[in-house]
Amino acid sequence: MSAPLVDIRNVSHRFGQLAVLKNVSLAIEPGSYTILLGPSGSGKTTLLSILGGFVMPSKGKVFIRGADCTTVPPAKRPTTTVFQDYALFPHMSVGGNVGFGLRMQGVDGATRAAKAREALALVGLAAAFDKKPHQLSGGQRQRVALARALVIEPAVLLLDEPLGALDLKLRRQMQDELKAIQKRVGTAFIHVTHDQEEAMALADHCVVMNDGRIEDEGPPERVYARPATRFSATFMGESTILAGAVTEAKNGIVTAMTAVGPISLPGASPAGATVALAIRPEHLALGEAKSDVTLGMAKVGDVVFQGSFKRVLATSALDPALQFIAKAPASAAIQAGDTIPVSCQAQDIILLAD
Amino acid sequence: MRAAVRLAAWVYAIAIYGFIFLPVIVLVLFSLQATSFPIPPFTGPSLRWYQAVLSDARLTSALANSLLVAVLSSLASVTLGFLSAWGFARFVLPGSAILRGLITLPLTVSYLIIGMGLLVLFNWAGVPKSLLAAGIGHVVINLPLCFAIIYSQMGDHQINIERAARDLGAAEWKVLLMITVPVMAPAIFAGFFLSMTFSWDEFVISFLLTRFQTTLPVEIWNLLRSGLNPKTNAVGSLVFAVSIVLVVFFELTLLRRKPA
Repeated sequence: MSAPLVDIRNVSHRFGQLAVLKNVSLAIEPGSYTILLGPSGSGKTTLLSILGGFVMPSKGKVFIRGADCTTVPPAKRPTTTVFQDYALFPHMSVGGNVGFGLRMQGVDGATRAAKAREALALVGLAAAFDKKPHQLSGGQRQRVALARALVIEPAVLLLDEPLGALDLKLRRQMQDELKAIQKRVGTAFIHVTHDQEEAMALADHCVVMNDGRIEDEGPPERVYARPATRFSATFMGESTILAGAVTEAKNGIVTAMTAVGPISLPGASPAGATVALAIRPEHLALGEAKSDVTLGMAKVGDVVFQGSFKRVLATSALDPALQFIAKAPASAAIQAGDTIPVSCQAQDIILLAD
Repeated sequence: MRAAVRLAAWVYAIAIYGFIFLPVIVLVLFSLQATSFPIPPFTGPSLRWYQAVLSDARLTSALANSLLVAVLSSLASVTLGFLSAWGFARFVLPGSAILRGLITLPLTVSYLIIGMGLLVLFNWAGVPKSLLAAGIGHVVINLPLCFAIIYSQMGDHQINIERAARDLGAAEWKVLLMITVPVMAPAIFAGFFLSMTFSWDEFVISFLLTRFQTTLPVEIWNLLRSGLNPKTNAVGSLVFAVSIVLVVFFELTLLRRKPA
């Protein structure tokens, strides 16, 4: 296996007394689309700033293409950043903005203009070359910022919540375009977001961060289906969480005692351990069903129609602290106030150490 | 009743503006006097006193001196003010608030005190009385002003713009010259024109710090010692006209907001 393009080794960072990154290590492969996903305060933006060279980590090293870049200033790194507020130069034309990086490299005017036009065409803004940034819409400015960062052919493109300032419809549209552009240019993208839908749609490699640590990382399908921690089970998509204690573990089958009775599922965990059982909403069956694990009766609190499905919130009759989050078909005749049995398949339950 | 109130309001407004502008109007009016005394009745209009001003070598050289001092001291003030504003806005400095207070403090000190202080200092340091000394005095009074104007306009939004330039490979001096200065241009021009205005008609410091070559306000004062005549009115009107032009430039650059 080739060396990773970006290698973050044991990076920690403090702002004064506040530890924002705690011993983070991360490897990024060439040509990949990596998403750093986490709530605000999780350290994801600080990690991106460290990669861009705007923040020097308190501890640890950053290698890019095998070279130690920990203390290299932004101007000398093979990275460029797309800022959340785009940070376009307001006094320059769009062409001047996109050509700025090449101008700093001493590229002559004609080549610069040609390459800037090419980059603008790539983001679908070929006609905006002579306009000023204030004449463009938010989405168009976003594309100019992208073209400006891509035109100098960085090894890694860093995107700091690039879609955060756009409205929902535009965000979904730009999301598809970002992915397409990334595949076309083949540059590694590292993209910070708190939007888990954005993460699932874009990522080749999804890194879930919380409280300065990496909670989980891997392909988004794996992170969703088999989250490594309780945090990523609730942040990357929703889950119903059952707290329990392991009473028996043998032959790859774990039995845990929970508020709704003993549950047996495939997995490995020592007897006596406290565990959390996570179940995705689409895996909970409501009503009389043939699922093999019964979770008791629950009183439906809220039913929200969401077009293709209904989101159901129900409280367990056995433990009022237990909230079931389920996805029912749009045609399901469930109403708030109903009391219904809840069940699921044993293999769909995610066993998490608590 | 309401008509009476409205009338009173108008009278009040006219009285206020008359109080402010009547001296200037009288000054300008009698600069156009055709006879030798700037007192009623008005005998003009005539441009003979303007002709007299422009053919007076002492006055025209003082006018040139004033322009030179105003332009150069304002350039120095705006450059130093910009650099200090940038330093305070972009770097964490120990005692930043106190240092910022100290840099703007000369705004509250009277020109007389500053002028006397500089006179004593230059005497001790062996700097002769000259236009250069007066120019340095004008930098002392105008630098805090330029600093305050530019610092107030230096927001956090520009931090990311500067970062983006650095990220794209710009060296620090290029970031300043190609990004920060153009983005801050309205505030920089405003500081420059306001400094020009203040330097242009500043009297006390110039009076204390110049000797043979002097600035226009000092020369006018010399002229006034031999009594009033329409020539002083004419030169005063010229000074006033230049100030008006500078203030208009200042207002245009600072108050006209670019569409975001």
